[in-house]
Amino acid sequence: MAQTVFAPWDDPNEKPLIQFKNVTKRFGEFIAIDDLTQDIYSKEFFALLGPSGCGKTTMMRILAGFETPTEGQILISGQDMSHVPPNKRAVNMMFQSYALFPHLSVWDNIAFGLKREGKDKDTIAARVEEMLRLTRLDRFAKRKPHQISGGQRQRVALARSLAKAPKLLLLDEPLGALDKKLRQDTQFELMDIQEKTGTTFVIVTHDQEEAMTVASRVAVMDEGKIVQVATPDEIYEAPNSIYVADFIGDVNLIEGRAEARMSPATPRDQIEPTTTPDPEGAPPPPAKPDAPQPNAYGEWLQNTLLFPFLGKRAPNPKELPAPSETKPTPALQSPVKTGGIALHWADGHPPIVVANGDPQLAGAAVTLALRPEKLNIAKNKPDTPNALPGTVIDIGYLGNLSTYHVQLDNGPMVKVQVTNVRRIARRDITWEDAVWVSFSETSGVVLKG
Amino acid sequence: MRRFLLIAVPYLWLVALFLIPFVIVLKISLSDIALARPPYMPQLDLSAGWEGLKSFFAALDFENFVFLTTDDLYWKAYLSSLRIALFSTVITLLVGYPIAYAMARAAPEWRPTLLMLVILPFWTSFLIRVYAWMGILSNEGLLNQFLLWTGIISSPLTILNTNTAVYIGIVYTYLPFMILPIYSALERMDDSLLEAAEDLGCSRLSAFWLVTVPLSKNGIIAGCFLVFIPVIGEFVIPSLLGGSGTLMIGKVLWEEFFSNRDWPVASAVAVILLLILVIPIILFQRNEQKQREANG
Repeated sequence: MAQTVFAPWDDPNEKPLIQFKNVTKRFGEFIAIDDLTQDIYSKEFFALLGPSGCGKTTMMRILAGFETPTEGQILISGQDMSHVPPNKRAVNMMFQSYALFPHLSVWDNIAFGLKREGKDKDTIAARVEEMLRLTRLDRFAKRKPHQISGGQRQRVALARSLAKAPKLLLLDEPLGALDKKLRQDTQFELMDIQEKTGTTFVIVTHDQEEAMTVASRVAVMDEGKIVQVATPDEIYEAPNSIYVADFIGDVNLIEGRAEARMSPATPRDQIEPTTTPDPEGAPPPPAKPDAPQPNAYGEWLQNTLLFPFLGKRAPNPKELPAPSETKPTPALQSPVKTGGIALHWADGHPPIVVANGDPQLAGAAVTLALRPEKLNIAKNKPDTPNALPGTVIDIGYLGNLSTYHVQLDNGPMVKVQVTNVRRIARRDITWEDAVWVSFSETSGVVLKG
Repeated sequence: MRRFLLIAVPYLWLVALFLIPFVIVLKISLSDIALARPPYMPQLDLSAGWEGLKSFFAALDFENFVFLTTDDLYWKAYLSSLRIALFSTVITLLVGYPIAYAMARAAPEWRPTLLMLVILPFWTSFLIRVYAWMGILSNEGLLNQFLLWTGIISSPLTILNTNTAVYIGIVYTYLPFMILPIYSALERMDDSLLEAAEDLGCSRLSAFWLVTVPLSKNGIIAGCFLVFIPVIGEFVIPSLLGGSGTLMIGKVLWEEFFSNRDWPVASAVAVILLLILVIPIILFQRNEQKQREANG
């Protein structure tokens, strides 16, 4: 069954729940929010991500009503909120410090907002019980906040802010006070609760991993402006600026000058001229092992069950296409994608081929952003369009991963992240080794500047 | 053994400086007035041996306590002291709470200065400060001169030697004891609690009543006891600022002791006063205990 993708921001008919319209907030000379316009949709889990002082907390406090914008408008469900005090907004906030009332029990803390609404006792009791169950706090209802653990306090704060069933829940660094393991568990719990209650969540965090995990969209902020708003994968894979690429995760930035590539595939020898001879005269790459073959069971499975989708299995595995008549090099079996740009990054090196680069950038100074995990490292020159020689300077061992710091010959230092599929004793690359760092022509992102 | 000695030190202190004097006062309160030196009978004469001890105890009686109930001066003085203590505690609270609140909300860099200003009067002798109030409140005092000069009043107000002056003196003197515990309770309070209360639907005022006041409760209770307990036995302020109409047990005690030289009756007054004070002191300590448990 196909699941519809949740993307109200792509639907022009969808009405946003929250609208920031040219909002500016100044504290004296300091501009906390700078002419910001942004829509947030119902049922979204929207993350505001940025370093401290970027204005993300101010944005949240404006939503809650603790600050009023100096200029511009905030609309919630189309209603101007500029002069609505916090206690009259269908918005609740979960505070960074949790702000639980120390003189009240867990039960009374959760009931606090409901009592202010003047609901009758049974309704309040029923709702509090519901919240206690949702956050699995039933056993702690009678305790005072100082008698429960940090994780439980966090859940009380969440239950209290959800009790009034707000249209919008604001979470200010909600997991900052928890240790790493508990934080990860709680992130999934938060997503669960958000799904169950259908509330719109806006979360402020400086932890990019947290934002990526929980959010449907992430807004990366810097100096009072939103630099990019996109889904977590887009933010990661296609950052729109060096700032975003650098802020989210680890990144290698290679600066250079862009040159448009001709539409037809550039012949391989032109991409990799022989001007840089292999430093150690490395032998050609080892022949590929035979492609995996299905066993009898797999063949039966395909022919009896899966053939409506996949078709019957050919009696013989598909032959590789016949080698081209002129140059029987293995490269042409996987032709380099056409278009894009070539990046001249260092003297004496062939340009880097970036097939997804914007040809409009030709002639400009650009930066290629490459994620460390999208790079490969090998002792022998691999058979890819982009292979840069270098020397291993440092190896960071993280258990599941290793990060190699490779000083490119005549170029910058890059990080290469490799999954440790083999035991460390069998690692064949070590310090001071001459290696090749390679990546495909589409794994990077070309950014201006 | 050494541990025992260490524990014994505070107990020895209490026995020597509290229990023994109290027993002496209690004994005098059970004695009779005499024109002698000391001015009471009987005297304990250990040289007379067992018989002397027996006659000594036989001479003790509750006559003075009975006397306190027959003359309505005493119970009126007790009641008046309690009333003045209660009212002045309430007034001190009403004056002190806003000051403490303002101090706790002031910018952090101002707080030490404000705190210093509250404590500053302690650097001058209490007696001198009360005398200063006499200069301010008297008919030709600064206050009356100022009010006459501004034209608000045409003839000087009589403030000195009235209960009003006593209240002014008490509130002024004991204000720091009210401000400090409340300030320390309010200062510890997290501002985000008020924002949370507002966020959950409270107005500013109801957030104050539902969050700020309960959280400063312990400070309020501590401040009230710190004012109420000493004010009951207060003697200097009513005798310097009060008039003939000001009836306070501390003043009565002073007069019995020094003017009438009736040590036994004065001692009986003191014993009763102590019994009255023990109740709020116990309540105060219970509150402290509860607070410690809540924080622990």
